[in-house]
Amino acid sequence: MKLSCMVKGTFYTFSSVREVLAKASEAKSGDVMARIAATSSLERVAAKIVLSELQLKDIYEHPVIPYELDDVTRLIYDDISETIYKNIQHWTVGELRNYILARDTKADQLLKLSRGLTSEMIAAVAKLMSSLDLVLASQKMRYQAHCNTTIGEPGRLAFRCQPNHPNDLPEGILYSIKEGLSYGAGDAVIGINPNIDTAESVKALLTLSHEFMEKWQIPTQNCVLAHITTQMEALRQGAPVSLMFQSLAGTQKGNEAFGISKEMIDEGYDLMSRYGTSAGPNFMYFETGQGSEVSLNAAHEVDMQTLEARTYGYARHWKPFMVNNVSGFIGPETLYDGRQLIRADLEDMFMGKLHGLPMGIAPTYTNHMDADQNDQEIAGILTAVGGANFYMGVPGGDDVMLNYQDTSYHDDASLRELLGLRPLREFEKWMENMGLMEDGKLTKWAGDLSIFD
Amino acid sequence: MDIQEIVRQVLRELEQKMPLPEEAPVPNNTEDVIYFSEERFKDVENAKNIAMIERAQSITPARIGIGRTGTRMRTGSYLQFLADHAAAQDAVLKDVGEEFLQQIKLPKLETKAQDMKTYLMDLDAGRQLSTQSVEYLRTHGDKGKSVQIIVCDGLSSSAVEANVSDLLPALIQGLKLKNISVAQPFFIQRSRVWVQDEVAKIVDCDLVISLIGERPGLNTDESLSAYMVYRPTEKTVEADRTVISNIHREGLTPVEAGAYLSDVIEQMLLAKCTGVAFARRKNAHM
Repeated sequence: MKLSCMVKGTFYTFSSVREVLAKASEAKSGDVMARIAATSSLERVAAKIVLSELQLKDIYEHPVIPYELDDVTRLIYDDISETIYKNIQHWTVGELRNYILARDTKADQLLKLSRGLTSEMIAAVAKLMSSLDLVLASQKMRYQAHCNTTIGEPGRLAFRCQPNHPNDLPEGILYSIKEGLSYGAGDAVIGINPNIDTAESVKALLTLSHEFMEKWQIPTQNCVLAHITTQMEALRQGAPVSLMFQSLAGTQKGNEAFGISKEMIDEGYDLMSRYGTSAGPNFMYFETGQGSEVSLNAAHEVDMQTLEARTYGYARHWKPFMVNNVSGFIGPETLYDGRQLIRADLEDMFMGKLHGLPMGIAPTYTNHMDADQNDQEIAGILTAVGGANFYMGVPGGDDVMLNYQDTSYHDDASLRELLGLRPLREFEKWMENMGLMEDGKLTKWAGDLSIFD
Repeated sequence: MDIQEIVRQVLRELEQKMPLPEEAPVPNNTEDVIYFSEERFKDVENAKNIAMIERAQSITPARIGIGRTGTRMRTGSYLQFLADHAAAQDAVLKDVGEEFLQQIKLPKLETKAQDMKTYLMDLDAGRQLSTQSVEYLRTHGDKGKSVQIIVCDGLSSSAVEANVSDLLPALIQGLKLKNISVAQPFFIQRSRVWVQDEVAKIVDCDLVISLIGERPGLNTDESLSAYMVYRPTEKTVEADRTVISNIHREGLTPVEAGAYLSDVIEQMLLAKCTGVAFARRKNAHM
């Protein structure tokens, strides 16, 4: 394994695969804060050169956190196909990139390849890819999942209706649901972030959204994004849940900080298959994002992007219906500006898809970052071209409970029109029956919450 | 270029990009002034039930009932969004006023973040008290009480100024009525949530509660959170903390929050835990 290189007359040497991965990463403030980023532009390129010549087996044999110390590493390694890995172990990361981008390499081959790749390998190859590389490769991969609706079909784009209210006022939440549905947002899920994380309160919101779906015969799923233990308790108490949510991290320490473990998610999955209201077989909704580990002191000197890939390696174990990437949710100490945000969104979509996941993207920014609506919309358009399965839908793009910006109901409808994409099959029929859509276009009734009177 | 230098460079850029606005005086002749609406626009064309849209806008601050042009926002709503974003960005950079601290009689401590820019870009700096503040707390802090309250600016000084003068007395009153001992509260400038662990260790309290300004949203920059942790140690993780968020005029009001928090703290002191462990016990007893 060669960890040194001479480039433009300068000699660079690195001490570990972990260091090469970190220094080969595109510049991001979270890696600078963790003091693991490349300290010059040329050092970054030197690390990319070294990375390109590493064989996949070099990465396999040197996980960024040892198997014995971390259950995320264990789950990733235990789940990959030894047979597929053995066939490609001598490829270099540079060859892997060429293979992924070759015109003859199609979706089926990439899915098979995916089963033999550890998350670090997937992170590695993304570090050798530009924006257009990432979008092109992402576009080749499209994975479907089924809960009540089927997500990920070609030509369709789904949205989560995110009707949050600062103090969980049911009437206020209902109005935002109505507004979202009238724009066609809600076919992925009607998903409420609760302000009050108690089983009683969560059960009330699940019942509210469930009864609304029943009343208007809406083919979708409901979810309240409380901590998984609260959702499980609500489910045990008879709450109607069609999709179970949890935020995940890419290290065991990160997940412990979230108050979760593999056993806990196993339990949640098991409860959903027995007591959930949905058809399945995909019952889980995960959220991830670059920077959560470093902000929780749980990064083990591993770069944010590699840890994000490991989060996908962990997530795929439970065959989720949705994996939503929320890079940009934390702040400038992890992603400093719009440029870093857009890069993270493109990497994450590609890495999620190369894990075989039904990926969605939430191009988000907070008000203490140097990013704005223009950056967010660029990230939205690029990832939509790359074939994201879904986005969030937030009234006017302004989440009044979580205090950040995300794609709006307007943005959602615009992305569909821009790219000629339609809502999920069952939901499109429902919109037509409601008079909200004709031939894939919104009608004059769209955008009026008072049609649900 | 070493890392410190990169950080300094980024900070300089940040400073240049976000200068605080200077206010021009309002002219006497106000006929020429545009008074831009603070209310949501009601721009749904041919709405089926306009009363319902009015009702909706009156009970949620969410941007609904605003209509569209094609699939895009109408001009007024778009400009309103831009104005709200601009105001929120500016709010992050303001400090809590000295006068305010004197009014509510809170001694001021500091973290290792010497300026706002370091604070924003380096989490550790805002999680540790400065050497002088450690000394001050050792000398002047009340030791061995049940509850230590700290007020932190976090990411919004406006949240502290808008809520603390109502919230703090309500909380202290609530705790005292339950015979729970409360240490002298402090304000900690440029501080993040985890600074509470260091404070708890120094004053040896059972439970520490941070009243901390949340990052400003477009709808409000006055939202405050309360983070509570029971006897934190080196092994304490995020899931060991309980958070109550959205304390502001339009959310959980500060006076309600004071009463509610004192009830929750009483239960936590009995359960001797906070965070997920506390939530599970509470749910199990329902």
